[in-house]
Amino acid sequence: MNTIDPVILFFIFGAIAGMLRAELRLPRQVYEFVTILLLLTIGLKGGIELAKQPFSTLLPQIAVVVAIGGFILPLIIFPILRYLGRFKRADAASISAHYGSVSVGTFAVVLAYVSSLSVPFEEYMALFVVLLEIPAILVGIILARGVNKETKWGKVAQEVLLGRGITLLIGGLLIGWIAGADGLTSIKPMFFDLFNGILALFLLEMGLITATQLSTLKKHGPFLIVFGVVMPVFLALIGTLMGWSLGLSVGGTAILATLIASASYIAVPAAMRISVPEANPTLSLTASLGITFPFNILVGVPMYYTFAEKAHILFGG
Amino acid sequence: MTLSKQKIITIVTETRLESALCEDIEKLGGHGYTITDARGKGHRGVRDAVWAANANIRIEVVCEPEVAKNITEHLKKHYFDNYAMILFTGDVQVLRPDKF
Repeated sequence: MNTIDPVILFFIFGAIAGMLRAELRLPRQVYEFVTILLLLTIGLKGGIELAKQPFSTLLPQIAVVVAIGGFILPLIIFPILRYLGRFKRADAASISAHYGSVSVGTFAVVLAYVSSLSVPFEEYMALFVVLLEIPAILVGIILARGVNKETKWGKVAQEVLLGRGITLLIGGLLIGWIAGADGLTSIKPMFFDLFNGILALFLLEMGLITATQLSTLKKHGPFLIVFGVVMPVFLALIGTLMGWSLGLSVGGTAILATLIASASYIAVPAAMRISVPEANPTLSLTASLGITFPFNILVGVPMYYTFAEKAHILFGG
Repeated sequence: MTLSKQKIITIVTETRLESALCEDIEKLGGHGYTITDARGKGHRGVRDAVWAANANIRIEVVCEPEVAKNITEHLKKHYFDNYAMILFTGDVQVLRPDKF
């Protein structure tokens, strides 16, 4: 793909308009509607394919992806932030949770990217989005305060499991799984055909939001900027190895690598605010939303696709 | 027409605290509250409500002075340190004191 995908241009447009302080904002309800459509579509697409997969092939993949992506990676990220970055314990834990979890927006972009290349990929990957969102939050809370009786686990669980992201993804997965591709033809124009257009609107708003984060960048020093760029590349390399060793296709490996490289900016901030309030939300959001998100969609996605190709050439498969 | 004296508490804080605060207010004896979306600027910068992370709400509670004291102290203890929150109280007069 030589030309830049138009959806990315919408993001750049939004970011520039935001930096120039243009009178531009997607109305809040429109942004929420667009997000809901994206989440449902990703769920539906995943659900259709999930129905075709035997559970026996899925189970080892789920186990590896969740164990490494959800639990081990935040534990590797934490000491880097704590000792190299000299962050306070709560902040280091919170940022680790953000990077151990995933971003649906980034997932949507890599999905559009791989689809535009017309290469095959495992379309049930949406399942991993759901599974990877949660474990890092638990790890983050425990890193911040140990297994503490004061943590209101019930509230955290409600915030995470019944938050909009997880609810809509699971709802979409189930509907897609039950209805199947044929059953969904009647709603296909709304969800599948419009996907890239909806994604373009979403990224326009994300560009505007990212621009507002940039003003806080200067305050937080070079470490956070370097971390926000280097960490996703490192995570993508691990994700590439995971995808390759699980026998995923090149497309699937690239998607998994991107997912592992992405950092949450919706579910985790909400959960951390409730459970680790002493962590400064500006630090983690600046990193995940101000640096890593734009880096991933502008540079990361094509780079991780190359990683996936190289891995498959190098190691075979 | 007789008016009776009550207190009004106004809290401006992060949208994410909504459900937790409503629970606290009811537990501490507030019989009701009114919530509106809010925008503004304070020492935590512009909070323009464009998305959940920096959206604000304004909660108003009319209640007995004793309840107002309890709510104020509870919020000061549990939320002031780590959350964007301002709180102020005032005297109000109401027609039907039994409602509060």
